[in-house]
Amino acid sequence: MKVALFVPCYVDQFYPQAAIATLELLEKLGCEVHYPKNQTCCGQPMANSGYEHLTGGCNNLFIDNFAGYDYIVCPSGSCTLHIKEHLHSHENEDKASEIRKRVFELTEFLVDILQVKSLEASFPYKVGMHQSCHGLRGLRISQMTELVAPPFSKPAQLLGMVKGLELVPLSRADDCCGFGGTFCVVEEAVSSKMGKDRVDDHIEHGAQYITSADLSCLMHLEGILRRQNSEVKVIHVAEILNHSI
Amino acid sequence: MSSNATKDHPQLAAIFNRDEPRVDWHDETLWWVRAKRDIAAHKLPEWELLRETASQIKNNVLSNLSTYLEQFEANAINNGIIVHWAATAEEHNKIIYTLLEKRGISRMVKSKSMLTEECHLNEYLLKQGIDVIDSDLGERIVQLAGEPPSHIVLPCIHKKKEEIGDIFHEHLGSAKGESDPKILTETARQHLREVFLTRRAALTGVNFAIAETGEFVICTNEGNADMGAHLAEIHIASMGIEKIIPERKHLGVFLRLLTRSATGQPITTYSSHFSKPQDGKEIHIVIVDNGRSIQLGREDFRNSLKCIRCGACMNTCPVYRKSGGHSYHTAVAGPIGSILAPNLDMEKYADLPFASTLCGSCSNVCPVKIDIHDQLYKWRQVIVKAGYTPKAKTLAMKGMAFTLSSPMIYRAAGKMGRFTFKYAPFAVNNGANPWYKHREMPKAPEQSFGEWYAKRKENKK
Ligand code: SF4
Repeated sequence: MKVALFVPCYVDQFYPQAAIATLELLEKLGCEVHYPKNQTCCGQPMANSGYEHLTGGCNNLFIDNFAGYDYIVCPSGSCTLHIKEHLHSHENEDKASEIRKRVFELTEFLVDILQVKSLEASFPYKVGMHQSCHGLRGLRISQMTELVAPPFSKPAQLLGMVKGLELVPLSRADDCCGFGGTFCVVEEAVSSKMGKDRVDDHIEHGAQYITSADLSCLMHLEGILRRQNSEVKVIHVAEILNHSI
Repeated sequence: MSSNATKDHPQLAAIFNRDEPRVDWHDETLWWVRAKRDIAAHKLPEWELLRETASQIKNNVLSNLSTYLEQFEANAINNGIIVHWAATAEEHNKIIYTLLEKRGISRMVKSKSMLTEECHLNEYLLKQGIDVIDSDLGERIVQLAGEPPSHIVLPCIHKKKEEIGDIFHEHLGSAKGESDPKILTETARQHLREVFLTRRAALTGVNFAIAETGEFVICTNEGNADMGAHLAEIHIASMGIEKIIPERKHLGVFLRLLTRSATGQPITTYSSHFSKPQDGKEIHIVIVDNGRSIQLGREDFRNSLKCIRCGACMNTCPVYRKSGGHSYHTAVAGPIGSILAPNLDMEKYADLPFASTLCGSCSNVCPVKIDIHDQLYKWRQVIVKAGYTPKAKTLAMKGMAFTLSSPMIYRAAGKMGRFTFKYAPFAVNNGANPWYKHREMPKAPEQSFGEWYAKRKENKK
């Protein structure tokens, strides 16, 4: 199974350890993982700001890098969703539509495609799981509280296989953290308040770590935690699933 | 509202956020309503089917709008209702004024209608010397306070009971410092009773107009619409063209969804049907377009006209909860308001589609399945193309597009950026860094993943 690793720009630049964990985890689980080295960004920051018409170059580059793989796996729900919904190309629409079908967020890939039933990992801490909205409502990696339907959660299912890990319940299971791409700077007052409240929910329930399938949310929450000199840390779900002591 | 006109959502939201305990209180109050909605919805196993049915009925309505409207008009006229058509807010206001003026009526009682808010009817009538009293309790409170409603279902949700006590003390003569909701409600009841008994004209909104029968339905919890309409000699109903439903049998679907979505109640206390005037009295209905047919013509946004004004999207919206209804500076606040307002005035409301994290909760809570967050995304594209965005942002975006289309420039910028943090998609609005005001920067690692991977490949050789 030829899997291409799609590492979003900000993960590449600021959170390489999450990408490394993703790569190692996929290899452990028997995938042949390739990292197309000329990849940059999915174009979401521009598109969500209303500049989708400027993403042509980004899209074509993405297609050049990722066409022809069995699967494309990404440790970020948000970027995966963007590709799934918005990757198009005048020159190469066939390839674009293939890619849109083959791109997966890491936890959904592990659960739905690899059908992982057990993991070697251990992580003896209390962990709160922040649902990224794009993963949750966009990709449906978990069930949202708005819908009347049976609950499920792919990341929680995987975290349940980790030895010693205790998932803490939250008061608001799936409220948004307020990152929202450029929203975090354009609407800084609301964004930071949302982030603070999200952090508080985890702290009140005794979480030592906040995890998520999306580093963009975690980057925002980490910024707030560190500003508060909190002991609580953020960690990408891939790092937990790949963790052993 | 005029004092807000020059400020945009981020500025107004920042002002609201100066008082953090108040933000917490606002957020928790609305979250409590959202939680009640969840309980009510989850009690009905057929909930998702109901939503789908409602959505399809409304799709049918929007595809055959003129047919249903004409059918409604013919049946209403048959029933003895007098029908008026208004293309704009001004026309709507004028029609109502003319009806009152002809009869020499200078005082009118009104029950809650977001359409009249949208048309700024109260201000207009006041200028013509006509006194309007809002009879919905929440609406009356904001009216006394000289403010617009901040929520379409809960107009004074931004006011604490102590503040309401002060307003009542000033205007209705209740005891100073009184904040017991029971006593305040009783004060309002006494005050409104006098109003109901002495007003000769009553205005109401319309929740549903039934094409098949020519009747219309008004939903209230306080019964104030009925009180006004039954006692007055002339009842005027204001209705947007999208309020139509084809047949009576469809009503049950909407009545079951409406209040469960709004407040978690199974049904409104009063769902009153009006089809014929009583002897010696008149019912008029003003059917209003005011931009709706333009929205109907915008393919990407047309289904926003399915909205039944339950307010669920506001209650669930984390941005609404933490920025308050007035920050949207338009009659209908929150996610739905943010896709309706730019249709009316794209320049004035260019900020609203950006007042969202695109979390998608609104679309999934909506009882008629409006793809609200996707429409917010689409409005952003339209607004940018129409040129209503700051030049600096456009420049930054162009720079970013250039950088991200070239792996070489990206890698170089990344190296520099990790050091100076100038390059990060979320820090595009440079100048003073609004990220750092509230949060620490991510720690820059020694090497990017790309660099690590290249070395690992080297070592493996
Ligand atoms: S958009 Fe949907 S959720 Fe929002 S007020 Fe209208 S019907 Fe209710």
